[in-house]
Parts: sequence; structure tokens; C-alpha cells
Amino acid sequence: MTWFNANTDKVWDLLLSHLWLSGLPILLGFVIAVPIGWFANRHRRLRGTILSLGGILYTIPSLAFFLVLPSIIGTGFLDPVNVVVALTVYAVAIMVRSAADAFESVSPAVLDAATATGFAPAGRAFLVELPLAGPVLLAGLRVVAVSTVSLVSVGALIGVSNLGSLFTEGYRTDNDAEILIGVIGIVGLALLFDLVLVIAGRLLMPWAYTGGQRTPIKPIVSFAQHLGGVG
Amino acid sequence: MIEYRSIGKTFADGTEAVGDFSLQLPSRTTTVFVGSSGCGKTTLLRMVNRMVDPSHGQVLIDDVDVATRNKVELRRSIGYVMQEAGLLPHRKVIDNVALMMRLKGASKKEARDRAHEVLETVGLDSSLANRYPAQLSGGQQQRVGVARGLVTDPNILLMDEPFGAVDPIVRDELQQELLRLQRELDKTIVFVTHDIDEAFLLGDQVVILKKGGEIAQVGSPADILAKPANDFVSSFIGLDKGRRTLHVEERNGTRIVVDESGKATGVLAE
Ligand SMILES: Nc1ncnc2c1ncn2[C@@H]1O[C@H](COP(=O)(O)OP(=O)(O)OP(=O)(O)O)[C@@H](O)[C@H]1O
Ligand SMILES: [Mg+2]
Repeated sequence: MTWFNANTDKVWDLLLSHLWLSGLPILLGFVIAVPIGWFANRHRRLRGTILSLGGILYTIPSLAFFLVLPSIIGTGFLDPVNVVVALTVYAVAIMVRSAADAFESVSPAVLDAATATGFAPAGRAFLVELPLAGPVLLAGLRVVAVSTVSLVSVGALIGVSNLGSLFTEGYRTDNDAEILIGVIGIVGLALLFDLVLVIAGRLLMPWAYTGGQRTPIKPIVSFAQHLGGVG
Repeated sequence: MIEYRSIGKTFADGTEAVGDFSLQLPSRTTTVFVGSSGCGKTTLLRMVNRMVDPSHGQVLIDDVDVATRNKVELRRSIGYVMQEAGLLPHRKVIDNVALMMRLKGASKKEARDRAHEVLETVGLDSSLANRYPAQLSGGQQQRVGVARGLVTDPNILLMDEPFGAVDPIVRDELQQELLRLQRELDKTIVFVTHDIDEAFLLGDQVVILKKGGEIAQVGSPADILAKPANDFVSSFIGLDKGRRTLHVEERNGTRIVVDESGKATGVLAE
């Protein structure tokens, strides 16, 4: 505790870095993956290829990825952009599968009814398919959020400051308190992201929480099960 | 008027759903397609709003081939009601109905006002307007489905077994409601069912179909009952089992209507 009291400003700064280093990839990953998942669900023949590609991307070791990225996208070695780009790629890799599942979960009968009552294709995609895919998309996004928050810490190894820096520094200086604060900060941040997502889901999709039997929501995929499926 | 001209449909997998079908459906009347499962009723119905495109032949609405019309525009001009209502689970009842108006370019307020009006017309309590479809009973959902079909005041209403999934008492209620609505609204209704009693109750023109959309008989319910065209029709409408061959018997001083097997089915109104 004494270490924390003496270093609150530093911890606070690292927390903020960690926040945007993870928040940005989560957001970008979601925005990029949803249309790809929609496309994969639409074109059954390409679905397998697209999803395996995502799986392969996810198997790239993160440290190696951080190190080779600068030479691919022309950034400096210590540039935090490397971390953001790499984590966005991972986020997309996980989220594409969830998105494809999400669109698959939408009842074909409802889509047929929407078409028959005069929805144009674009209107149907945005007003019917996307919101109805929402609950499964949210489940996938929660997995991505937790995974991204924990992966950011690897960035500390290549000198991009975040809560993970408390591990590297604490290890070097043999400071258990510092390492503990790092763990608490990362777990807390992951829980915070998760809470925000759950609340956003409740606000944006009140229909999914009415307890009716006619709107089945796929059970939330567990983290381990999900990664198993991707890798 | 809706006219089928020598229409046929073979699906991509080779299933011939409709062989060669021609029929005229007069405006402002109810035509019912009735037949057993898989005989092509839904396929015939969905060729009117181009949810299915025919393999050969044409469907004309007021002498215009629907194939020449924009699909989305065409569908917006035709009411469609289906089994299990097909409502959007993520929109409230009122929005499900109002959305049809919005698609046609109505303002938000106009759409909502009109939706409230139609929900009242179909006999749905206004307290249900802000619920989600999953929070309604099957019968209530079906009323919303009908309201959605009627909200834009289309000339044509397509109904595909709309009351197939509700219990007999609610079905009876909904049928009476539809008859009342039709007296007021005078739509051209195409109604699909496999229940012959429903067909006779609702239809001005009843089309009894065999497999492949082959017409076994077309006519008013009275015509068909009086002169079934063949054994298939007799059996389909239950004449062969004596269910519809009724006679009067006197029991305990009251005149009772009895079917061929001796089962009492009603009393004679004096
Ligand atoms: N999209 C499709 N692809 C292939 N075959 C189809 C398709 N839609 C319908 N069929 C087939 O065409 C035939 C007629 O189907 P249709 O849905 O018109 O029957 P129906 O009379 O409405 O039956 P039900 O009373 O069961 O609804 C059936 O044999 C069905 O299997
Ligand atoms: Mg059918």
C-alpha cells in the first residue's frame, strides 16, 4: 500500500494509457469484424476460409507481432500504434467468428417476413439483421474486451507504457506490491469494460431482456471455449 | 383483379411446386386457396408479391405483369400476414405496425397515429402497444400481424395460414374479426389455409388444390357443396364421411339437426 500511495500519479497515467491502448482496438476490431462476419454468413462457401484465416491470425505470438509490425507498417519501434494495430488484428480475428455466428442466429422467418413486408436489402441489414444479431455480437465483444485488456500488457515488453509496465518494473526491482497493483489494475479494467458492455446491452437491446420465450438468446460463449474454437 | 396466367414454378432443386395454374381473383373479394400440405399454396401466394418468381407464366395485378414492377415497391403496396405473425422481435408492437408506414415515407407522427388507429381496428387493447411481441399471446400477435398488413391501406392483402398457430377458440374470434373487417374494408384478399371449414367460412371464391397446384375445383362454398366436381373434392370437404349430409330429427319435442352417422350437430332455427 505504501508503494501505491507514493506512486498514485504514475499508476493513474499507466491506467489511462492502458485504457486507450485497449479501448481503441476493441472499438476498431468490432467495427471491422461485423461487416466481415455478415459477409461470411451471407456467403456460405467463403465462411470456412474467412473464419480459418481469423484463427490463423490469432495464433501469431503477440510479442513477435509487436516486433515485426514496425517494418510492415513503417512505424517506430516504440510507437504505441504498433500495439493498437496488432491488438486490432487480434480483436478482428476473434470477433469475426462471433459476428458470423451472430448473424446466423437471426431467425430466417423474421428476415423473410421483413423482406415480404417491403424492407429493401440495406434497410433490412441495418434495421433488422444488425439489431437482432446484437445479443450474440455483445457476447463476442465481451470476450474481445477481456482478451484485449490482458494482451495490452505484453506491449510493456517492447517499451509501450501501460499497466503491464508495473509487471516488468516490479519484476526487475523485486517489488511484489508493484506487481500486485498491476494485476489489480488490469483485472479491474477488464471488469469495468465488461460492466460497461453489459449495461450498454441492456440499454440498447431492452427487447432481449423481456423474458419472453420467443426471443432465444444463445448462451454467452465462455472465454476458454471461444479461444479453443479459434486456435 | 389478380390474374394467374398459365403460371408454374419449379424450384432450383427440381421440385415442381406448381405445374400449370390459371385463375382470376376478382377485386374486393376473398379467394381462399385450400389444400393439403405441400400442394403449392404458399408458392402461389408468394408469386403475387414476387417473393417467388415464376418459372413460366405471369401474375397480373390490374392487367400489369408484376414482373415489370420493382420488387420492394410492389411488396410495400401489398399487405402480407403470415403464420406466427412474423413480427420483428426487437421492435415494440406499435413500431412494428408504424414501420410499414415509415417505409412508405410517412412522418413519425403520422405513422404512429395511423398505427394506433389500426391496432384499435383489429381489436387490440391500446395498453399492449408498448409491449414487445414476445410479451403478447399468440392470438394478440396475430392481431398485430393483421394490423401491420392493413396499416398502409393496401388494396391487396395476402394471408398465409394466419390463424394456423392459435387455439380453436381464438381462431374462431380472429375469423369473425376478419369477416367484419372485410365488410368494412373491401380488400382483395388471398387467403391460404388447409382447413376446409375456414375456407368455406371466409371465401367468396374457394380454390381446392391438389399436389402441384392442380385445381380440383373452383367456386363459391355453396357451389362446391352442392356440386362437388369429383371424388377428391367430395372426400376433401368431408361429404363422403357424411359429416355434411345433414337431416332433421325430432327429439323430445325439439327439432335437431343430425349428420349421417346420427351425431347431433345443431338445432333447427324456426
Ligand atoms: N424454396 C424452396 N425450394 C425447394 N422446394 C420448395 C421451396 N419452397 C417450397 N418448396 C416445395 O414446393 C412444394 C410446395 O410448397 P408450398 O410451400 O407452396 O406448399 P404449401 O401448400 O404452402 O404447404 P403447407 O400447407 O405445408 O404450407 C413443396 O413440395 C415444397 O417442399
Ligand atoms: Mg404454406
